[in-house]
Parts: sequence; C-alpha cells; structure tokens
Amino acid sequence: MDDKTINRIKDGSAVFASWTIALLFFFPIFWMVLTSFKTELQAIAVPPTLIFEPTLENYTLVQERTDYVKYAWNSVATSFGGTFLAMIIAIPSAFSMAFAPGKYTKDILLWMLSTKMLPAVGVLLPIYLIAQKFGLLDTQIVLIIIYALINLPIIMWILFTYFKEIPREILEASRMDGASTFSEIKDIVLPLSWGGIASTALLSIVLCWNEAFWSINLTSADGGTLTALVASFSSPEGLFWAKLSAVSTLACAPIVVFGWLCQKQLVQGLTFGAVK
Amino acid sequence: MNKSLTRFLQGPSIIVLLLWMIVPLGMTVYFSTIRYHLLYPERSGFIGLENYEFFYTDPAFWPALNNTLILVSSILFISVVLGLAVSVLINRPFFGRGLVRVMLISPFFIMPTVNALIWKNMMMNPIYGLFAVISHTFGQEPVDWLTDFPLLSIIIMVSWQWTPFAILIFMTSLQSEDGEQKEAAILDGAGFWARFYNLTLPHLARPIAVVIMIQMIFHLSIFAEIFVTTGGGPGFASTNLAFLIFSQALLQFDIGVASAGGVFAIILANIVAFFLIRIVGKSLMV
Repeated sequence: MDDKTINRIKDGSAVFASWTIALLFFFPIFWMVLTSFKTELQAIAVPPTLIFEPTLENYTLVQERTDYVKYAWNSVATSFGGTFLAMIIAIPSAFSMAFAPGKYTKDILLWMLSTKMLPAVGVLLPIYLIAQKFGLLDTQIVLIIIYALINLPIIMWILFTYFKEIPREILEASRMDGASTFSEIKDIVLPLSWGGIASTALLSIVLCWNEAFWSINLTSADGGTLTALVASFSSPEGLFWAKLSAVSTLACAPIVVFGWLCQKQLVQGLTFGAVK
Repeated sequence: MNKSLTRFLQGPSIIVLLLWMIVPLGMTVYFSTIRYHLLYPERSGFIGLENYEFFYTDPAFWPALNNTLILVSSILFISVVLGLAVSVLINRPFFGRGLVRVMLISPFFIMPTVNALIWKNMMMNPIYGLFAVISHTFGQEPVDWLTDFPLLSIIIMVSWQWTPFAILIFMTSLQSEDGEQKEAAILDGAGFWARFYNLTLPHLARPIAVVIMIQMIFHLSIFAEIFVTTGGGPGFASTNLAFLIFSQALLQFDIGVASAGGVFAIILANIVAFFLIRIVGKSLMV
C-alpha cells in the first residue's frame, strides 16, 4: 500500500467515526421524537417498534390538557427578558473592567463567579418569601429578575474576555479624536465585539430556557415556563412515555431549532479573539 | 476613564450581585441558627449551632459531599477529554460536516428534566429501555442502571448534555488555529500526537479553562437529573449536597437544618471557587 491509500483509509475511518459519534449523540433526541408519534403500547413494545403509523393523539392530548402557547410564551419572555436585562447591566460594566482595570478587578470578577456557585436550594426560602412579599410569585417578572442575576456573572466574565481582545490602540486613537466613553462603546466596542456579544446572549438564552429549579419552585399556572410544564407532566404521566415524549418534544423544539438556526453565530462568536 | 465614570459603569453589576448574595445569604445564616420547622411552628428561638451539628452528623452528609466531588470531577473529565477528541476529529472538511456538527451540539439545548426523563425511561429502564433490549440481544441479563449504578447513570446523563458544550467551544477555537504552523510541522515530520501536544493543546488552553470553569459551576449544583431519576437513592448513593439540602427543606420541612446545609454548601462552593477558579481564572485574565 502506498502512502496515498493509507491516508485515504485514515480519512475514511475518521469520517466514519465522526458520523457514528454524531449519530450516537443525537440518537436519544431522535428516539424521543419518534416515541412521541407512537401509541402508548407501541412506546413500550419490546423489541421496539420501528415501523408504525404515526399518530398525533399525544400532541392533541397535551394541547387539550394544558395551554402550551402560554407556557411557551412565558419561556420566551423570561429567557429573552432575563438575558436582555443582564446584558444591559453587564456590557458597560465589563467594558470598564476590560479597559480601565483597577487593582481589584480580577478579584471582583472571581467573586462574581463565586456567587454563581451559591446553591439555589440554600436560598430558595428567602427568595420565595421576598417574592411573596412583593406579590411577584407566579409572574414572569420574578423569573426575569432571577435569570438576569444568575446569568450575570457568566455574561460579565465572557464579555470581559471579549473586550480584552480589542486592541487598545484603537480606543486610544479614538480618544485622541475626542470620542466620549459612550461613543467609544457604541461606535468601537460594540461593532468589534458584536459576535461575542451575540453568542454570549445566545448562551444565556439557552441557559435560561432550560432553567428548571426556580421556575418549578416560584411559578405555577400563570408564570410557569416549559420546564415547569414538563415537570408537571412527569409525575402523574411518568408511566405514559408517548405523552411524556410529546410534551418534552414540544418543550425542547423551540430552543433546539433556535440553537440550530443560530449555530453559525454561536460558532463565530465563540472563537475567543475574532479581532486578533 | 476617571474614577466616577468607572463607578457609574461598574456599580450596577456589583450592587445587584451584592444584594443577590447578601440578602438571601443573611437570611439563610439567620434561619440556620434558629429552630424553624414547618410542621412544628410552635418551636422557635435561637439555638446556635445545633442545626449545623444536626446537618453535619446526618448520615447522608459525607456520602453527599463525596458524591458531589465525584460528580463534578468525573463529568468534567469525560466532557473535556471526549470533547477534545471529537472536536479534533471533526476539524476537517468532510461530507455532511454541517449536519454532524448540528447533531453533536443538539443535546446541549435539551432541558435537564427532559434529558433525565429520556434516559430514565427510554434508555435505562430495565424492562422496556433500549439498553435492556440490547443486553437481551446479546444474551445478557439487563442492568438496572438507576438502582445498581445510580451515580454512574447521573454521570452519563449530565455528560451527554455537557460534552456537546465542550465540543462547541473547542470546535470554534480550533478553527482559529494557525494552519501554516501546522503545515510547517507536518513538513518537519511531526506526527499527529506531537502536533496535538505541541500546537493544538497550547492553542486550546484558554478554551479548556473556559469549559472547566463554566461546567464546574453548573455541576456543583446538579439537581434536576437526580430529582427526576433516582431521588438521591438508593440510600444516599446518588445524593449530592444540593439534593440533600433540598430534601431537608422541602421533604422534611426543616428549614433550620436545610439552611445550615445551605451555608455548608456555600462554604464548599467558595473553597472550590478559591482554589480552582484562582488556578483556572488566572490563566484567563492574563
């Protein structure tokens, strides 16, 4: 065998391995979607049913029993709202930390991250009581505030690393030209780190969407998100795999499709140094 | 930038996080020193460190601490190593690469509760689950994953979700790797491992630090997967600190003891944060 053939075999097996791993990773999701179109009996058949007549009965049933659109809207509002709020607070802050670092900037950032390690369950009761006092239980607002707070440290820190990548000379030059701090942010920092900001926001949206602890414990019928909906189905319907799969598919589909659509952006933004 | 401007810009983020930390923390510390049981509201009053003693001597305390550390370290190890391997593997043009990428990162977008339900029911169920079916096909007795290997099952679920995150980060960083340098190394006769060790790994040092840091934060408080599948059992086999506190507070209604546990968890988190974040974080700040 000459070198060329060996290389070809190597390449071929690498492609084969890539596909195999990808299919293995994706399989559980595929299986969930497949199960959601089965009847309950087909769902637990051994050996598993692969060829069957798809039914929509599980989806109709989920829609009959709950208001999917309302839960979905709550998820959208809280994920985007929380992310937006956090970004507004984080961008100026991370900007100033990156371009005018003080003696304690590193420590502040590390401290911020350590608040993220605060175990939610340890502070659930105080937060619950506070939310109750302000009449915020079971509203979108309480989740928006909490999601902004729990994602703020990560957002701050990722933005900080992006802003650090911007060459200082550019800023100094603009300062020579008499640009104000505000226009520095608006005209130079934002355009240069747009990819980073967008991907940070996307990451935060995904994390908010999938957050389960606070939404289950602080909201129910009115402000409940899709994670709360899944949780409310999982105990009484735990044995009905097809219905459970249908509600799970409905809960995950928006964010998975959103992730697929934004994949390019996510990929471009996370290169850690697009402006190098 | 002058000082007052810096304060104006940084102030909001620091103040809100300070409030977010101090107010609940203060309340938690306060609750941890009083008698506060939802079923016995008539018993109240300051009891000092009794709740701490109770939580600390709970037979579940050491297993929970141990499980927390096992979960964090093994999931981190799996997702970083597997993430590196996969992202290096797909870092070349080939047929259907876009689709492969989409499939690989999809699990990251799945909710932890749904993740747990998929694995618990459709994969790991000892009678109807796919793993059982596969075992039968090969003439083996099916394994009751959640009963016999509860911690490993949780590790599998969480790794399935977070390895894609590592892949996503590594994959994007590999794209910015210097191609010319690599070609030069190939011309010099450097083999795959030499190139990986001397070029790729240093290039990925920062993304690896990012992945370790972000994941560590999430894995210290794994909750949904345990809640939905094993409920911390059998015994305390899959109870971590977050779940132990949860069961004290919401299943046994003892807010005092749960708060003491919360303080324990916060201290543990800060010890971990102090050592690991300092090591990892330093390499990110330079």
